Amino acid sequence: MANACAIIGIGQTAYKTKRLDVSMAGLLREAARRALDDAGLTWKDIDAVVVGKAPDLFEGVMMPEPYLADAIGATGKPLMRVHTAGSVGGSTAIVAASLIQGGVHERVLTIAWEKQSESNATWALTVNSPFTTSLVVGAGGYFAPHIRAYMRRSGAPDHIGALVAVKDRENALKNPYAHLKIPGISREMVEMTPMLWEPIRYLETCPSSDGACAMVLASEDAAKKAPNRPAWVHGTAMRSEPMMFAGRDTVSPQGGKDCAADVYRQAGITDPRRELDCAEVYVPFSWYEPMWLENLGFCGEGEGWKLTESGATALDGDIPWNASGGVLSSNPIGASGMIRFAEAALQVRGQAGEHQVDGARRALGHAYGGGAQFFSMWIVGSEKP
Amino acid sequence: MREIAVVAFVQTQHSGEDQGLHETEILAPVITEIKEKTGLSRFGFTCSGSCDYFQGAPFSFVSALDVLGAWPPISESHVEMDGAWALYEAWVKLQHGEIDTALVYGFGKSTQGVLRTIMTQQLDPYLLAPLGVDQVSLAALQARAYMERSGAKEDDLRAIAARSRASGRDNPFALHLPDPEDGDEYDVAPLYPHDVAPITDGAAAIVLAAGDRARELCERPAWITGIDHRSEAHSPGVRDLSRSASARLAGERAGAAGIEIAELHAQFSHEELILREALGLGEDVDVNPSGGALSANPPMAAGLIRIGEAASRIHDGSASKVLGHAQSGPCLQQNLVCVLSGENNG
Repeated sequence: MANACAIIGIGQTAYKTKRLDVSMAGLLREAARRALDDAGLTWKDIDAVVVGKAPDLFEGVMMPEPYLADAIGATGKPLMRVHTAGSVGGSTAIVAASLIQGGVHERVLTIAWEKQSESNATWALTVNSPFTTSLVVGAGGYFAPHIRAYMRRSGAPDHIGALVAVKDRENALKNPYAHLKIPGISREMVEMTPMLWEPIRYLETCPSSDGACAMVLASEDAAKKAPNRPAWVHGTAMRSEPMMFAGRDTVSPQGGKDCAADVYRQAGITDPRRELDCAEVYVPFSWYEPMWLENLGFCGEGEGWKLTESGATALDGDIPWNASGGVLSSNPIGASGMIRFAEAALQVRGQAGEHQVDGARRALGHAYGGGAQFFSMWIVGSEKP
Repeated sequence: MREIAVVAFVQTQHSGEDQGLHETEILAPVITEIKEKTGLSRFGFTCSGSCDYFQGAPFSFVSALDVLGAWPPISESHVEMDGAWALYEAWVKLQHGEIDTALVYGFGKSTQGVLRTIMTQQLDPYLLAPLGVDQVSLAALQARAYMERSGAKEDDLRAIAARSRASGRDNPFALHLPDPEDGDEYDVAPLYPHDVAPITDGAAAIVLAAGDRARELCERPAWITGIDHRSEAHSPGVRDLSRSASARLAGERAGAAGIEIAELHAQFSHEELILREALGLGEDVDVNPSGGALSANPPMAAGLIRIGEAASRIHDGSASKVLGHAQSGPCLQQNLVCVLSGENNG
């Protein structure tokens, strides 16, 4: 069986439209230093470094890890770079955890980042050029038809998306690192903003952020020496499926269902809504909350929007989703998955501050990417499994 | 550690010219062939290595999923590195004990761009890339540093190129390049064109398996007895370019001793000498019998191919302890060493 893996340090940068005050290396170092401080460690205590980010075209540096090696303390150490599209932040944490679980290392530093202000993410995500003409612009253009299909299939009323947009931004007001802070955010305010990709309005999409998130993962022995309470990995899973083929359910992809089933099996969870205390789920467009509620088995098919409407996923609901404000409030793409994983860990460590879910003991971190075809998930708990 | 072996290796017939194929079309036959070879259609884990900058578009690895036939959905990951690091990730995953097989692949196409200019985009974007220094010029600096320290001459480099090209002509998968010619102009002094790995398109795949599963799938599995990779600092100015500290460290950790055959990912002829020294490979070690990267260097696959070629010498019974090496970053900044053994195959 795999060895136990603990999360003993977490560090985040402030997420902003433009971090002009730091270089790319400086951005990673800021998050890494905070994670090391939390773990009570220095650079030399780290055995290996695992870095993740989304496409290199976002910054215009090809495979930037060699350049970053010195700044993130990887000299003389193993240094890896993971890239699994939007799910990469989660996948990177899983690769790092794997090094502990496989008994290869004692303490691994993992960092996921994006400095989107270096380029234009929407055009970098308009993937078909130069080979064929792209019919959509950016991720919103790609996902809007899937959302419309969900609305039609489930009979969800038009306002559900706005409810999620409000809820997550209200949560963001309690998170010191969140990018979008909109005091007085309301449904009316969301519904006043321009329609970008029917039915996605401006305030129903994620921002484009600069930022990095880091974690120190440790073996059981190494975790004993950690100054702060660790979180423990109860399960990890990844799934991928092709982007396009006849009969593929793009609204509720099989890969997401299989990935959830795998991670629940490892954590011994049969009823996620009841047995998990909170979840940090990759919701870059508001409607993906009800869609993922169904895909992840928090409710039956066609019921996700009812759960959202009932307030169950609010910070004071029975299963808070994205207490941190989520991807809708901060989105350095390559880091967004790791932020979900790290926020889940913060919750079960009781370190989430103002957006802490009372008594959280088990939490889900989730990320997805590509054409909703790459999934990575972990479940973390306050107790060693 | 759990016993893990390379049980199958497949590569394309590499091409030095654009064949009008998309990266996924280059990869497709390799995946089909390795599935046929192993009789496996599903794997416990799949991991790949590729780089968007060769295709000039984001998400180069995404369409590779179509090639795999990833349905029902598969447990899969990807590194923006040479496939050798994908193999490392899969090896770690196999250590958990929950899965018994893994498919690893790498692919790259360098004929459709100007490789040495593209590689400049990998350098420190603030201090180094703006100078416009290209990959071959950086390698020439390293060659000069090594030659000055060691006393090696241009003819010593040329001998490596000649030997690699001769071996490559015996390898049906490599480019078949002529002997180095007299009177060639320098590419970037002290490097001649024959000292520089050729522009190549290609792909490769490996299947790893654990314990008895490996013995079922392969008559003589190539057991991974040690695998390690290390990085050093980026800036050429803070390193002793005449040595490879990270290769030495990775070699020590991987147990690079008693090696009979070594496949080194040397993209320039002097790199073979630096790596030989760092890995403690004596004159008795047969280096790059495949022709090495100097005979075929498909980006993101060439390191994985070194491990595959080394493993093949165990598979065919011609050696009992071999080494595969991969590199990444300018001037051998990152090095991976994989030691494989057939000693317990009886």
